[in-house]
Amino acid sequence: MFNQILFLYCAVVIIGTGLLAVRFKNPVYSVLSVLVLFFHMAGLYLLLNAEFLAAIQIIVYAGAILVLYLFVIFLVNLRQELTIERFIASRRFGTFASIGLGVCLLAVIPSFKLGAKGEYPVERIEQLTHTKAMGFELYSTYILPFEVAGLILLIAVIGGLVLARKNSEDVDNSGTDACEVKK
Amino acid sequence: MQILIIILQIAVLLAVVLLHVAYTTYFERKIIGHMQVRMGPMRVGWHGLLQPIADGIKSFFKEDIIPEQADKPLFLAAPVICLVAMLASLAVLPFAEGWALADINIGLLFIFAMSSLASYGIILAGWASNSKYTFLGGLRSMAQVISYEIPMGLSLVGVMMLSGSLNLTEIVTAQGTSIFSIYLFPQIIGFFVFFIAMLAETNRVPFDLPEAETELVSGYITEYSGMRYAMFFMAEYIGMMVMASIGTVCFLGGWNGPFAIPFFPPFWFILKVYGFLFLFIWIRATLPRYRYDQLMALGWKLLIPLALLNIFLTGLFKILVH
Repeated sequence: MFNQILFLYCAVVIIGTGLLAVRFKNPVYSVLSVLVLFFHMAGLYLLLNAEFLAAIQIIVYAGAILVLYLFVIFLVNLRQELTIERFIASRRFGTFASIGLGVCLLAVIPSFKLGAKGEYPVERIEQLTHTKAMGFELYSTYILPFEVAGLILLIAVIGGLVLARKNSEDVDNSGTDACEVKK
Repeated sequence: MQILIIILQIAVLLAVVLLHVAYTTYFERKIIGHMQVRMGPMRVGWHGLLQPIADGIKSFFKEDIIPEQADKPLFLAAPVICLVAMLASLAVLPFAEGWALADINIGLLFIFAMSSLASYGIILAGWASNSKYTFLGGLRSMAQVISYEIPMGLSLVGVMMLSGSLNLTEIVTAQGTSIFSIYLFPQIIGFFVFFIAMLAETNRVPFDLPEAETELVSGYITEYSGMRYAMFFMAEYIGMMVMASIGTVCFLGGWNGPFAIPFFPPFWFILKVYGFLFLFIWIRATLPRYRYDQLMALGWKLLIPLALLNIFLTGLFKILVH
């Protein structure tokens, strides 16, 4: 009973803050509502006994990624939202399309089936702790996808470095003296 | 009934911690005073002992000024976010065997999560005040916290590997009761990285660039006054205490000491935390401030590689021993 109330609360807040994130005129407020959303996502993970994921959700998404978003927003200094042209010009057609999409989403709900029970029921996870269970699985069963994901991230990091290097070389050509002094 | 007991425990913990915070400021002013051959606070009470209480009353009754151009809701919320995040991380600290409010499996990660939340309070305070000084202070703090959270997390990975747990109580029990089995010795590199990252995370000297008086007036708290200013202050000191507690738990063997103290099991824990706090204050009285690019270079080019090396060595050690 308590779990259901908690789930309902988290779900309602997630949807509410998701809408607010889109609706707010001020981008800083949008980011903050996404922050609240992430916290409630972590709440959902906790309800699923996935405490490690919950903590990582907050540390990585709230603590690092969203802060970077804030950084970008601050640096371009958007106090108010830019007005962008409507994606669909006609208001009536837009309403129709979004309602249609909503109906489609609701229509697929009945086809949702619970997956087969794996080898990690709640009791086993409680005994092993979620962190260890996930570690075992990641480094044994799913080692290949894990390494592939790591490789992709590494490529992204190298790509970022290459892009940043290129820019700084352009700056170097115009102002070599400044760099010399700095060194 | 259960809930009532928990609420009572929370209230007692908060009262005790806030009292400690108040007297840490006194401790700091006295120590820095004596290090600079002054007396420190002397007027209120015997040797200024009532000074923190007088300060508290003063800031409580001071006018709460909100700048006209400020973003009001965020300006009001920022100190609360900061303080609440710091107070929340107190819940998982094991002060003695079984003396943790919430003995959760991911205690260490929870504290990281809360300290990253506290940085939002600082950033928002900087932005919402709508002043150049506070904004620069907020930006600096943001970059600093992101940069130093990485070496801090990595430096504790060695501890996690040795103890095989993220639960703070288990980390303490894994270190045994002997002084030679604490993780300070096998994890000396980790401790070095942790200590520096701890200073940077709590915005203390020599890394107090977010509130560098000489350039930024008072950084992100410039526009705050009265109780809200005091809330930032309390959050900073609770942050120091939490970080000191993490250091105590992960490297110094937590509540274990040379001999058990009857009736008051957290004695050694508190002593070690105050040892850390003394170090904080000692460093503040001794060292000048880092330059900003030096701060970033230290974090990314020295501490992160060192922490990775520490993880590698710990892993190697574990393989060789088993």
